[in-house]
Amino acid sequence: MTQLALVIDLNVCVGCHACVTSCKQWNTSGWAGPMVDENAYDANPTGTFFNRVQTYEVGSFPSTETVHFPKSCLHCEDPPCVPVCPTGASYKREDNGVVLVDYDKCIGCKYCSWACPYGVRELDEQQQVMKKCTLCIDRITDQTLPEAERKPACVIACPTNARLYGDVHDPDSEVSIAIRERGGYALMPEWGTKPANHYLPRQKTRMHVTEEDLQRSNNPLTKEDITVYSGEETLDDVSW
Amino acid sequence: MHPAFSVIFLTTLIGAGQGLFLALFTGQLYSTIHLVEAQPASFYALGSALSLALLIGGLAASFFHLGRPERAWRAASMWRTSWLSREVIVLPVMMGIVFLYGVFHWAGWTRPLIVLGDGALPIDPTFVLGLLGVLVALALFISTGMIYASVKFLQEWSSPYTIGNFTFLGTASGFMLAAAYSALLGNTLVGFFGTWAVIATLLGLATRLASLLRNASLKHKSSLQTAIGVWHPRIEQTSQGFSADSFNTREFFHHQNPATLALIRNAFLVLVFPVPVALVILAYAMESATLPIVAFAIQYVGLLAERWYFFAEAEHPQNLYYQRIS
Ligand code: SF4
Ligand code: SF4
Repeated sequence: MTQLALVIDLNVCVGCHACVTSCKQWNTSGWAGPMVDENAYDANPTGTFFNRVQTYEVGSFPSTETVHFPKSCLHCEDPPCVPVCPTGASYKREDNGVVLVDYDKCIGCKYCSWACPYGVRELDEQQQVMKKCTLCIDRITDQTLPEAERKPACVIACPTNARLYGDVHDPDSEVSIAIRERGGYALMPEWGTKPANHYLPRQKTRMHVTEEDLQRSNNPLTKEDITVYSGEETLDDVSW
Repeated sequence: MHPAFSVIFLTTLIGAGQGLFLALFTGQLYSTIHLVEAQPASFYALGSALSLALLIGGLAASFFHLGRPERAWRAASMWRTSWLSREVIVLPVMMGIVFLYGVFHWAGWTRPLIVLGDGALPIDPTFVLGLLGVLVALALFISTGMIYASVKFLQEWSSPYTIGNFTFLGTASGFMLAAAYSALLGNTLVGFFGTWAVIATLLGLATRLASLLRNASLKHKSSLQTAIGVWHPRIEQTSQGFSADSFNTREFFHHQNPATLALIRNAFLVLVFPVPVALVILAYAMESATLPIVAFAIQYVGLLAERWYFFAEAEHPQNLYYQRIS
């Protein structure tokens, strides 16, 4: 079975919020109706978003590190939000594993949002129905779009290619390889929700230079040299 | 969690309604076997009407919780998986049984269908309805409790104590109300209902204290480390990603300081348990007709505080992601 998902590379995410704005732009313009904003230009703006980019500081000054952390519905393989829905408005698609809300059935009881540990479901203030990331279901299933554009809006918008998209059940897909080879992990594994979305950890590229490398102790010339030195310049001392 | 008044009233009102029905039927059971004085049909009919009014009040309150109340009927469809859906089905069944129970008593359809135990236990239609009603009331208490207890990562709620609390506290307030109702009518059942009310209140005290103790030493399984998957003892959010409020900051935080929480907890511990019990005992000693009414009223106010605290006490793991506006 197919399980579509995002893999987010925290190593290259720069926290630019391009995924947030492109998500809002695409999903507020579609047939499912707007993602409503209230007081957009006033003191206390609030609105519906499927995707947020958060920022965390890890460590204590001066050895701190900034982690930008995009967060949206993880399309869990065992989604706790689905069985609790009394109307059946929340469901997981059989064919591609995307977790969706049927806005025409939702009664806005908010129970599913209580049952999601990740805080990614938001009740739309005006439509009073539950909203969440659809993985741009209307893009990715649209056969009239060219293949390269059948991706979530955020994936296309990301300037650093921090968002990979694909089938995590296909072992040869880009996302599966990334999870396997680059230490992809799930959020809050303690709840057994089996999130389909994964995150790739930050990685440091470190160069290891040992004393031996500097001394050129394995310099073959030195090894074969039978001369006895008494302080004079050698070939090793010449700077090229 | 943010304590929503719709749900606070829903759970306390239907709890009292179910409890009152349990009390009425307990009265009927005892009078059938001649342990207490028999009551006129109007006692049961009026009592059922009161219970039904509470259930309807609770249902009405629940509609304020819904974003789309006009679609509420849809909530009955997923009973196979959702405790909320089960509650939505069982509540109207409860109402129907309470209604029929009252009507049968009022119309006097109480001719025994069969008589058990050498003429000692005549079973009439109201008795059958009453027994059914007891089962449905228990099912409703369990459904209501399981809505909260079944969300495993709301660790404060995810325990059998939650179901115990809903059941015993609802029953207690129902029996209190039955004692108040009897006192108002001036019949002899005040002491009988009062005794059961005290027993239920003490059972509720046991489960409520147990859950408070459990939650005081609760270790949350989720942390910022598991939330973002970075293994470092010191992680701090510097931005939750937006500059003001969102659904996530409104629905899952109570936005009260710890002193308010402690105050409300202490208030309910006093108002729900010792005060009504003392008043019931005092009413018994003084043969007062007003004290049981006061006892019920005080306990109900206490239960509102208890339910408020129940919500406020629960820490949702999503809160880890919403710590800092900037
Ligand atoms: S992340 Fe939350 S809303 Fe999305 S599938 Fe998992 S539990 Fe459901
Ligand atoms: S808010 Fe809507 S989608 Fe969520 S549980 Fe209620 S009815 Fe289902």
